Amino acid sequence: MSWLSPSDWQAVVLSLKVAGWATLLSLPPGLFVAYALARWRFPGRSLVNGLVHLPLILPPVVTGYLLLIGFAPNGIIGAALARIGITVAFSWRGAALAAGIMAFPLMVRAIRLAIEAVDPKLEQAASTLGASRIASFATITLPLILPGILAGSITAFAKAMGEFGATITFVSNIPGQTQTLPLAIYSQLQVPGREAEAARLVVISVTLALGALLVSEWLARRIAARIAGQS
Amino acid sequence: MLEISLSHRLPALDLDVDFTAPEGVTALFGPSGAGKTTVVNAVAGLLRPDRGRIVVNGEVLLDTEAGICLPPHKRRIGYVFQDARLFPHLSVKSNLLYGQRFNSSKTAPEFDRIIEMLGLGALLDRRPAALSGGEKSRVALGRAILSNPRMLLMDEPLAALDAARKAEILPYIERLRDEVKLPILYVSHAPAEVARLATSIALIETGRLRGFGPAREILSDPTLAPALGQREAGAVISGRVQEQEDDGLTRIETAGGPVLLPYPAGQPGQSLRLRIHAGDVTLAVGRPEGLSALNILPVTVAELRPAGPPSVYARLKMGDEHLLARLTTRSVEALGLTEGMVCHAIIKAMSVASEDVG
Repeated sequence: MSWLSPSDWQAVVLSLKVAGWATLLSLPPGLFVAYALARWRFPGRSLVNGLVHLPLILPPVVTGYLLLIGFAPNGIIGAALARIGITVAFSWRGAALAAGIMAFPLMVRAIRLAIEAVDPKLEQAASTLGASRIASFATITLPLILPGILAGSITAFAKAMGEFGATITFVSNIPGQTQTLPLAIYSQLQVPGREAEAARLVVISVTLALGALLVSEWLARRIAARIAGQS
Repeated sequence: MLEISLSHRLPALDLDVDFTAPEGVTALFGPSGAGKTTVVNAVAGLLRPDRGRIVVNGEVLLDTEAGICLPPHKRRIGYVFQDARLFPHLSVKSNLLYGQRFNSSKTAPEFDRIIEMLGLGALLDRRPAALSGGEKSRVALGRAILSNPRMLLMDEPLAALDAARKAEILPYIERLRDEVKLPILYVSHAPAEVARLATSIALIETGRLRGFGPAREILSDPTLAPALGQREAGAVISGRVQEQEDDGLTRIETAGGPVLLPYPAGQPGQSLRLRIHAGDVTLAVGRPEGLSALNILPVTVAELRPAGPPSVYARLKMGDEHLLARLTTRSVEALGLTEGMVCHAIIKAMSVASEDVG
């Protein structure tokens, strides 16, 4: 694609990598937290619910700043990670972390709704047939919530692709390292006369987002049809 | 053998029951909210009672004093829910085989035999969404049996079905009782079902056991009759089909002599149960003449129990079986009925509904 400059390419590939990892890494904890919130009654449940939603209501700058404090090489978690040789601050990993945390509430909400729509009596029935909790989750609940998991993942992916405030605060705006699509657009707009380059990146953003949405709709329909037994 | 001893406090119910169910179908019978479902849920392990002990065929499933409470998936208790609870994303066949994934023993019930018995052969590839209510019930039944349980719990499995579907399922449950010989705990508030299926009856009211014993005794017990409901009280007697007569009547041999029914009730030689409503039994001191009723059985008044004015329940002995009759206090006085008296029970053939025979 000759109309994309190498630096544009870099931003697109980096964005996909960051958003992909953000989605992949927030899926298992998202599934667990969603299940716990949907099915278990435990002390501190409201607190967990609040914490999960925090990135949604805090200014992204604040989330980014808190991440910076925690994950900087001299921060509590950052120092521990540094000892095992992982640096997060000012790297694409940090961008993925920031994007994942910002996308987490959306992921949890979608999966939680899907779990709440599955009758817990089905799990009871599975248990009387000999299935342990894990087995009944894997064989009954999980297949039934696949559309919800897919929807949550796509929303999380889209959110991660578009994440700006927390990323720029936490890992800065380094081309090739942490400069994702939104950050690249922002950089172009800072320089007078670069409107054309910015517009190109905007078109790419819109195309990627729309494409992801269409693919997810199609997948969701297929899964729903398979669950209902019409295919 | 199933030993149940439970005490559990719920917001709307204080449950305290204790009984030992023998082989066969034990019906947990009583009005809605009496605590029947709480009992079966405790047996299945879906509810942990405050105090209790549950032993199935010598194996302790629950003993709160000893701190034993097996989780549901280790109890091997098949549960047929009222709402079937089939897994919507699995085919009928996968639903039926679900329990066998977790069954390590080699003594699984024969798949083909159960499929044939429940008439499921044509349904195997369908999804639950494409099944009728009666078909769903049969699949749920098959799924529970094929999980190789030590006993079955059935919580009003027929309550959601119309009369035609009930008539379709009942014979399958009877075959289960007679052929598979699984102990069954059967929850119901429908006396017709209980009369048809139960070997023993546990009568539960507001969390307490009002009566427990063989079905014949409980159903013909005049002290328990009011609890069954005035319209529903009635004894069960066993009979054997003798012959189909030319005028459409069926002759059935019972402990009290032949009884005629106005419809085909089975092949000659077939055993069946007859449920005779207490309100359909008339008593005569001498053998009545010039009466349209066809069935006149000699009986002995075994027990008279006033059930509040103006009615009296009478337990009538014929051979080793009993009938139950509901009479007015005035007739009892007019006829001078006393316990031990020999008289005649009159049952109008047309009054015995076909759903009470089987």
